[in-house]
Amino acid sequence: MDLIAEGIAGALRLLIAGDREVLRIALLTLRVSGTATIISAVIGVPLGTAISLWSFRGRRRLAGFVNTGMGLPPVVVGLWVSIFLWRTGPLGFLRLMYTPTAMVIAQTIIALPIVTGFTMAGVGQLDPGIRLQMLSLGASSWQLLSILIREAKLSVLAAIMAGFGRVVAEVGASMMVGGNLLGQTRVLTTATSMEVSKGNFGFAIALSIILVGITYIINVILTRVQQQ
Amino acid sequence: MSKRFKWILALSLMVVLSVGSVALGASKEVILATTTSTRDTGLLDVLIPIFEEKTGYNVKMIAVGTGAALALGEKGEADVLLCHAPASEMELVESGDVINRQLVMHNDFVIVGPSEDPAGVKGFKSATEALKKIADAEAVFVSRADDSGTHKKEKEVWNKLPFQPSGNAWYLEAGTGMANTLNIANEKLAYCLTDRGTYLSLKDRLDLAILVEGDAILLNIYHVMQVNPDRHKVVNGPGGQAFVEFMVSDEVQAIISEFGVDKYGSPLFFPDAGKSMEELGG
Repeated sequence: MDLIAEGIAGALRLLIAGDREVLRIALLTLRVSGTATIISAVIGVPLGTAISLWSFRGRRRLAGFVNTGMGLPPVVVGLWVSIFLWRTGPLGFLRLMYTPTAMVIAQTIIALPIVTGFTMAGVGQLDPGIRLQMLSLGASSWQLLSILIREAKLSVLAAIMAGFGRVVAEVGASMMVGGNLLGQTRVLTTATSMEVSKGNFGFAIALSIILVGITYIINVILTRVQQQ
Repeated sequence: MSKRFKWILALSLMVVLSVGSVALGASKEVILATTTSTRDTGLLDVLIPIFEEKTGYNVKMIAVGTGAALALGEKGEADVLLCHAPASEMELVESGDVINRQLVMHNDFVIVGPSEDPAGVKGFKSATEALKKIADAEAVFVSRADDSGTHKKEKEVWNKLPFQPSGNAWYLEAGTGMANTLNIANEKLAYCLTDRGTYLSLKDRLDLAILVEGDAILLNIYHVMQVNPDRHKVVNGPGGQAFVEFMVSDEVQAIISEFGVDKYGSPLFFPDAGKSMEELGG
């Protein structure tokens, strides 16, 4: 019990004192996972809508890919992104290994199928009548796409929240491609994992509370938008 | 294409580029692959900022087991290595994958365990005898089992016995860093072979006591070495060399001799630059 009290007190102390290191770690977490989520949303929402609406060759295979991708284990993504980004690897010339960009890439690969898949499911549940009605009113493909995304707003935002939730909670890929470098690629999950391994349980609990707090605040904001 | 689509495309491109530009600025970087003990004790957190300030290099410290650190060096994924498995390091020296290998410091390994000492090994002079007694008693033993320098040392001791511990229910293979392994041993009331530095830095949180120490086989020797820049185009030769020179400089050696004294009453490492392995008795 002491440990829990100590952890909570520690978290409050860190937050109130505005500990610079913790602040930097929290901001980097938001920046990396936020960027990965935005990229995933920008690509995944239209893609999911398109897969669910239009029939084209290879559509089923693509849907199968997306559904499999939703369960991609972060460590697998971490390993494969590492293989490509290592400086002796095929994309090594980009010098991205152990940078926040590498983490964004890995997290985007993790989040994209989730956002796409949930969007696919959400748009698929819309009344097919809307589509016909829009087409008969002379809507272009892009207009139709944007109207349907708006109609499916609840599920689209749920898809984005699920994507963000997954990447902000992920540790395996970030540890592998980021390297958990102090002040450069250390995010809340990798820092928590390291502090636990070093036996600094109080500090780890504090970090975990901050992480849950951030996730909560982001989700409250998105839920507000969703319910407007 | 509608206006909105172009806008979205431009936005996503901007995001990708703004994140990407962060990485492209970093050309003066040195990747240091090292063992978890040098990070977990906090030694490198003290030394790296000094090095960065002196030389202008940006150090990326990747803390992994010695086996992984050596593998990263062999692949050209690191510029400089700080490890503690002399025999494995010599293989890379002989193959030409690493150069400029220099002795930095030492401390020693110890066998720790619950103070009740169910296997009764306290005070044993021989680490080999102690492990044999633990095995005979089938007392729980937690191994790093991650191909780290500590794990290599543990295997070296087991190899002196006619049997292997692997596969027995009392022999737990953790596959994780030193501090984590000590935490597991602490929870399981188990024995464990650890470097003294990591043990001392965690001692306050552990119910484990040092039971066996002082055997010559338990010496823990750290070397720093450059990855051979002739082997891989991408290796930062001058950066690696600068770090090697830094680690054996008088200034750093003095810091090492003082490191941990204020907190633990005794240093965690003993500086050895310029000495030979024979002088250490290794």
